[in-house]
Amino acid sequence: MRYSAFTLAREAILGHKNWPKMWRSPEMKSSYDAVIIGGGGHGLAAAYYLAKLHGITNVAVLEKSWIGGGNTGRNTTVIRSNYLQKESAALYDEAIDMWGTLENELNFNLMVSPRGLLHLAHNTHDMQEIGRRAHAMYMHGVDAELITPEQVKDWIPFIRLNGRFPVMGALLQRRGGTIRHDAVAWGYARAADSLGIDIIQNCDVTGFQIESGKVVGVETSKGPIRTNRVGIAAAAHSTELAEKAGFRLPIEAVPLQALVSDPLKPVMDCVALSNTVHAYLSQSDKGELVIGGGTDPQISWGQRGGFFEVENMISAVLELYPIFSKLRMMRQWGGTVDVTPDRSPLISKTPVDGIYVDCGWGTGGFKATPVGGRSLAHMIATDRPDHLSAPYSIDRYFTGALIDEGSASAVAH
Amino acid sequence: MLLLDCPWCGKRDQTEFSYGGEAHIDRPIKPVEKSDSDWGQYVFFRANPKGYHRERWMHAQGCRRWFNLMRHTVTNEIKGSYKPGETFPPVSPKENQND
Ligand SMILES: Cc1cc2nc3c(=O)[nH]c(=O)nc-3n(C[C@H](O)[C@H](O)[C@H](O)COP(=O)(O)OP(=O)(O)OC[C@H]3O[C@@H](n4cnc5c(N)ncnc54)[C@H](O)[C@@H]3O)c2cc1C
Ligand SMILES: [Zn+2]
Repeated sequence: MRYSAFTLAREAILGHKNWPKMWRSPEMKSSYDAVIIGGGGHGLAAAYYLAKLHGITNVAVLEKSWIGGGNTGRNTTVIRSNYLQKESAALYDEAIDMWGTLENELNFNLMVSPRGLLHLAHNTHDMQEIGRRAHAMYMHGVDAELITPEQVKDWIPFIRLNGRFPVMGALLQRRGGTIRHDAVAWGYARAADSLGIDIIQNCDVTGFQIESGKVVGVETSKGPIRTNRVGIAAAAHSTELAEKAGFRLPIEAVPLQALVSDPLKPVMDCVALSNTVHAYLSQSDKGELVIGGGTDPQISWGQRGGFFEVENMISAVLELYPIFSKLRMMRQWGGTVDVTPDRSPLISKTPVDGIYVDCGWGTGGFKATPVGGRSLAHMIATDRPDHLSAPYSIDRYFTGALIDEGSASAVAH
Repeated sequence: MLLLDCPWCGKRDQTEFSYGGEAHIDRPIKPVEKSDSDWGQYVFFRANPKGYHRERWMHAQGCRRWFNLMRHTVTNEIKGSYKPGETFPPVSPKENQND
């Protein structure tokens, strides 16, 4: 069913009894033209673009639990393209453009909200860093403005400019903002399903069948599948899958947490981040403040982080925004993020013919979901990277052509 | 949050320590003989197990010394810590069955 004001009105009158399921729950077949492992945003997007752009519809997305239950449904929904390197600017800025038209394309409300994003500077080093980044962004054709503390105050009237973390300026990206994360998974799933893709939930991929260096099938908890094209989009779990296929990926799994407050009346209509104090926040359309911070340092698969990180985030937020001191936190959770040495993703062929990866997005891959998915689809369909993903090959760790985004993505997501 | 056992100072809160990644990675003995691929593996590729992991920590706000620790990456159970140069009992394959 196509969603529209008319269908909404009709269903309202009829008591909302006729909305169809957004996607089927088909039986898994014993063979597919391509299989995607991981039903997060990236895997679902890849399936959609395989069908939409390459006409390959005999495809299964295999998800070990429920779609969007990994980092896609756990992130703080920030989108931006204020990265330092030209390869990143090209990739993340393309994603921002794609978000702009995706709701119409998918016929799904993703609550895309390019509300403006401020990157606050609290000391001389920060000022130099945002200055350098802003100039890099101009060079790459990405919108960037350096603004004064007074202008920051126009955006966030209740911010404390002269506290322990004085605000000396900010890097503003007006096209930055937020998007409803679950809706991205659901929107892509619904669109992929309507093009004939099978979404198989509760299906854990446990191994591969490989013959003379070529993949010929995957083993799953629901039985084997014959296929000669596999895309791995399983975030940190991709290392485990890679090992089963006989190669390694330079990824470590670390916890990243977030918290949300009780709902408030609208107080904040932008996203504000600061690297120095390890905290960032925005207000959701339901009114909750969504607060994120830094990762724990050590490898962990527990999907929960240390309380010291929560304390860091909260103390920084209260120092900058004393207005929130009486606010109660409603929920706190963690995800397991897939961090690479240069903090840039892997969109790459692998040593096994027919296996491709789109992973290593670490603390900031939600914003790039359309691009990561489209590039993975391109690689599965053509056995070649597209122009955006070519620099993101695993080979860069052997040639030295790293895409170093340590300062841009280590804290701010 | 972890309670880490510094071999010199005893159990302290994780916030006193900094993390140094996977332990027991030997620097290539004959660097010039190594290929680009060997170097890439040495510099950038690390174990990412769901199970026991030997890792380096530094007691940054205490004695400032490095040590090794064996921890389970799913449950956070800590098997023990040991000084550089010391050996620590290996984990049997059975013990390393995780989740
Ligand atoms: C707290 C937090 C805040 C964040 N904030 C932001 C932000 O503000 N902006 C931003 O851009 N990014 C943010 N991120 C990062 C972002 O969430 C991720 O980079 C992105 O969602 C990754 O999407 P994905 O589809 O690659 O992975 P996931 O959504 O994690 O999907 C991977 C899927 O693979 C499945 N899987 C794993 N192993 C198997 C297997 N063997 N068989 C079958 N399925 C398997 C998993 O169950 C999972 O559903 C944040 C992350 C966290 C945790
Ligand atoms: Zn000590």
